[in-house]
Amino acid sequence: MTDKQTNIIVSGFGGQGVLFLGTILSHAAIIERKNTTWIPSYGAEMRGGSANCYVVISKEEIASPIFDEADLGIFLSKQAMEKFEDHIATGGLIIADSSRVGDIQTRSDIEYCEKPFNTLVLEQNKNLLLNIVVLGFVIKKTGILSKENVLVALKKVSEMKKPEFIDLNVKSFEFGYSLI
Amino acid sequence: MAEKVLMKGNIAIAKAAIDAGLDCYFAYPITPQNEIGEFMSKTMPELNKTYINAESELAAINMVIGACSTGKKAMTSSSSCAIALMQEAISAMATAEIPGVIISVMRSGPGLGHIIASQGDYFQATKGGGNGDYHTIVLAPSTIDEAVEFTHRVFYLSRKYKNPAMLLADGFLGQMMEPVELKKYDFGEVDSSDWELDGVGENENKRPPRKLVSLHMGGDDLIVLNNKLQKKYKEIEEKEVLYEEFMMNDAEIMITAFGTVARVAKSAILTLRQNGVKIGMIRPITLWPFPSEVVKKYSKQVKSILDVEMNEGQMALDVKASVETPVKIEILSKLGGDVIRARDIVNKVMEMNYVGIM
Repeated sequence: MTDKQTNIIVSGFGGQGVLFLGTILSHAAIIERKNTTWIPSYGAEMRGGSANCYVVISKEEIASPIFDEADLGIFLSKQAMEKFEDHIATGGLIIADSSRVGDIQTRSDIEYCEKPFNTLVLEQNKNLLLNIVVLGFVIKKTGILSKENVLVALKKVSEMKKPEFIDLNVKSFEFGYSLI
Repeated sequence: MAEKVLMKGNIAIAKAAIDAGLDCYFAYPITPQNEIGEFMSKTMPELNKTYINAESELAAINMVIGACSTGKKAMTSSSSCAIALMQEAISAMATAEIPGVIISVMRSGPGLGHIIASQGDYFQATKGGGNGDYHTIVLAPSTIDEAVEFTHRVFYLSRKYKNPAMLLADGFLGQMMEPVELKKYDFGEVDSSDWELDGVGENENKRPPRKLVSLHMGGDDLIVLNNKLQKKYKEIEEKEVLYEEFMMNDAEIMITAFGTVARVAKSAILTLRQNGVKIGMIRPITLWPFPSEVVKKYSKQVKSILDVEMNEGQMALDVKASVETPVKIEILSKLGGDVIRARDIVNKVMEMNYVGIM
């Protein structure tokens, strides 16, 4: 994670909303007048299968949307951790859902930050959206984008797609943001 | 500057086609370009324009021929193994001198292959699977902003030269999102009133009948036609070549790459430059006509050329054909959807330079 450019992998099960989480990061980056790219895994994935996306956020022009190593991994499944733990750059950060991933930490040159997001959401009688809770947590933990801009992006995208979800999205974001 | 919006490449291409004046869209679905058809299925009817989900790719491309022969702007979009099915019609289009636009978003081959991105259809696009001495104009964008611009441009070029023109993107570009400014490019309208099949009219407005044909039996017809086509291709080669030159001024190594892979190459070049390696890139934008002259020019300056492609090195054939002086040409190739990353290129260049650069 440099001052200039942040490479992010978001990965989990299909249906967890990892692609949506990634797009909000990209939308917020534009609001913050940064450059951004977003590439999804596409096609054969389905609900319950694996889903992931690659997001780049940069103050400079982004040459390649395909990167060698990620500075930040957001992993919401055990499979995600197994597949992408090695793709994190030295000094990078993994934020993982410990209720899904379990206690897998094989590297000593990166930081792990785990929270049982899924369990916490279930404890709230499911009145929260897991991916947006994680988004709130990621923003508080990393500061890669400002909270204000992410909320603007979240509201804007919700408004276009599912206006009835705006309040729930904001509530979920705030919940995640308050977990640190 | 207009506001930039986050948009998928496929959607941006569809919007650009509509901005370019698209009248008719005919296609059969295939990943990774399905968002184009999805967008068209909703938007074209709303604009009172034609959308047909054809029964096959063969039908779709022949519908393009039909619509374009009347002077309308028509296109199809597809991918790899399905573009393969259209080759006979593309040759016929070139022969009958009918403009038409084909959007090709490459997946991995050969055969039905896989839906993941590759660049395996360079030959298919530039050398054609159709018969005879014809060429398709082929433009390869490397960003979504470029995909928008070149979509406008392929419509213009296809009508200007009455020839099929193709936008050759890959699955990455189709599926990725980045901020895009949906600029409208005005290349000027091309008058088609002197050849389009718009009906002979009636009474005093009646004109002689016209025909657009791909069969030229009888006398010297086919010889005359071929000479005419070759003259046209020569003109396109002279006037329409596009390429990007990146850090070539003092370069001792020249990378050749196109499309998304050229972006990866840029990242690698920036890293290598920081380490004192004098390296640059020529990125062909028109794959046909190929920018032979600039490749030839720099081949005299550089010590070696590294061609980087997500295929077996198909474009390297055109690079080699452009070079006259003896220069070392290496290929970095990954196949079957295997992704080339910046470190692969950096490592390859270090290998080529042997020791002492980093």
